Amino acid sequence: MANVTLRNVVKKYGVLEVVHSINLEIADSEFVVLVGPSGCGKSTTLRMVAGLEAISGGEVQIGGRVVNDLPPRERNISMVFQNYALYPHMTVRENLGFSLKVAKQAQPVIDDAVDKAAEILSLTPLLDRKPGALSGGQRQRVAMGRAIVRHPEVFLFDEPLSNLDAKLRTQMRVEIKKLHQKLKSTIIYVTHDQVEAMTLADRIVIMRDGHIEQVGTPLEVFENPLNTFVATFIGSPPMNLLDAVVKDGKLAFSDGTLIAIPPGYSLAEGQPVTFGVRADNIMPVGHALPHGEHMAEVEMEVNLTEPLGTETLLFSVLAGKEVQAKMFNPRPVQTGERMTFQIMLDKCHLFDAETGAALKR
Amino acid sequence: MATNMNHRIRRHSLKGLHFFGLFSAMMVLCVPGLWIVLNSFRPTVEIMAKPPVWIPNELNLDHYRAMFGGIGEGGVPVLTYFTNSLIISVTSTVIAILIGMAGGYAFARYKFKFKGGVFVALMVTRAVPGVALSLPLFIIFARVGIIDTHLGMVMAYVALNVPFTIWLIDGFFRQVPPELAEAAEIDGCTRWQAFWRVEFPVARSGIASAGIFAFLTSWNEYALASQLTRSTTSKTMPVGLLDFTSEFTLNWGGMCALAVLMIIPALILTFLVQKHLIAGLTFGGVKG
Repeated sequence: MANVTLRNVVKKYGVLEVVHSINLEIADSEFVVLVGPSGCGKSTTLRMVAGLEAISGGEVQIGGRVVNDLPPRERNISMVFQNYALYPHMTVRENLGFSLKVAKQAQPVIDDAVDKAAEILSLTPLLDRKPGALSGGQRQRVAMGRAIVRHPEVFLFDEPLSNLDAKLRTQMRVEIKKLHQKLKSTIIYVTHDQVEAMTLADRIVIMRDGHIEQVGTPLEVFENPLNTFVATFIGSPPMNLLDAVVKDGKLAFSDGTLIAIPPGYSLAEGQPVTFGVRADNIMPVGHALPHGEHMAEVEMEVNLTEPLGTETLLFSVLAGKEVQAKMFNPRPVQTGERMTFQIMLDKCHLFDAETGAALKR
Repeated sequence: MATNMNHRIRRHSLKGLHFFGLFSAMMVLCVPGLWIVLNSFRPTVEIMAKPPVWIPNELNLDHYRAMFGGIGEGGVPVLTYFTNSLIISVTSTVIAILIGMAGGYAFARYKFKFKGGVFVALMVTRAVPGVALSLPLFIIFARVGIIDTHLGMVMAYVALNVPFTIWLIDGFFRQVPPELAEAAEIDGCTRWQAFWRVEFPVARSGIASAGIFAFLTSWNEYALASQLTRSTTSKTMPVGLLDFTSEFTLNWGGMCALAVLMIIPALILTFLVQKHLIAGLTFGGVKG
């Protein structure tokens, strides 16, 4: 097992720079998830750690050893690919044992390791099949088995679940987490799915356009997003953002609605801000969760409902922006119905209207 | 009810038409071949008969006997021609496949300057008819002193086959996901090992079919060979067929007998690799 360090890592394709001087410390046996929209450089970063992409600048260390110019096979890593990349001409057994065979291990050693890995991932009955005869979830498990067989220092996962259907994805998510608990290995995991990131990670790294936007535990990035991008990217549904101006010690939205300033912020009169509130913290009166004393109330018309069982998502418009609210202990709601909503001000966020950076409380 | 009946009738008649169409196509394809085989086994009188005799009255091995017989009795050096053909075809195929693999892989996987241009240039060479090159080739080969040698023929056929094998193999490697080689590299392979242990076996069927095409081209080629080979030291079987023509007569029976001997190895080879050939041409099935 080993820690991984990225120091001012840059990736350029010709003149186009896609990863801009990234710094990241990943501790031994930590599960780190790189998350961001497509094209944010997360896969490129992972492939630089793997040695599949040349590093244009900076330094990558694995276990304290600079690996910039080492080929993948000398980095002691293993990787699970999005399309699994199983060797189609080999059986599952041969797929699992391939790395050991390449390393010229004795056959009994290989058999032993393959059997163990197969057992961990319940692949034993499938060992003599070829990948073509497996379902998506089984292929996924073989790909993971191939990664764990030779006990690498670092596991790299490149969107391993995105080719699975929703139900299987949830199952495999749990299996990956269990695997991590069992193997105590360092894992770098790339995904564009924030739910995966939240559920799996010890720490989340949120990337955009080749920059790291924020690094933190799932709860940290959820509760204290550093900017509007993180605020809308992490959490489902995304945080509602509304433009507002400070007026007479209150927040005024563009339609004239006034609410109190969330506690703890000191703002100048006339300062433009972006007001952020998650759907969980804006609830119709009578259908709210227990909440603190700092409250604001607004009235909105419900345009659309999404019943989810324990709660119903209500879509409304406030000051020209769509706002999603949650109704707990739901009752049927008619479209067009006007309701009064309570906003839990303690849980609200304010961002700089121009830069999008979070304002300090 | 009536419409249902109509549809059934239409379906059956379409099936009949379909069958008839296929049968006619197969007739056109097969009859010349069958005619050659038939002619090789029957006397010249029957071959030349008008109207044609479809059901032979007598079958014998006279033409084969004569062909393998001495010079005066209409014999030709069949074994020498066969050996020449085999050496030239196999060598040129192996070389063309090796170059094709290297080139095809490069075109499929790497970026380099003028890639598109080079590829088009290679393909354009296919547009030049081989015969058009026979005179320049003849002159060059004669000057260099490789006219009427195996080496000369192998070089000509390699040049003829390489663009085609590169084009075919490029297509097959394109269908092998690059992640396979990457996974192999992470599993401890060098770039070279990753190719031979993973990418090559996966694309094997495709490479085999490229090999068959190259082999058959060399095996059957006549136009160039007729110019560049002069004697038994390098004459191939298609050229050998000409031995049956003399100033005033054509020995059709002997020619057909030699043609049959020529077809047999090609048939055997095609049957042997048939599985690969089909797998190679319907490649999608191997994707992991």
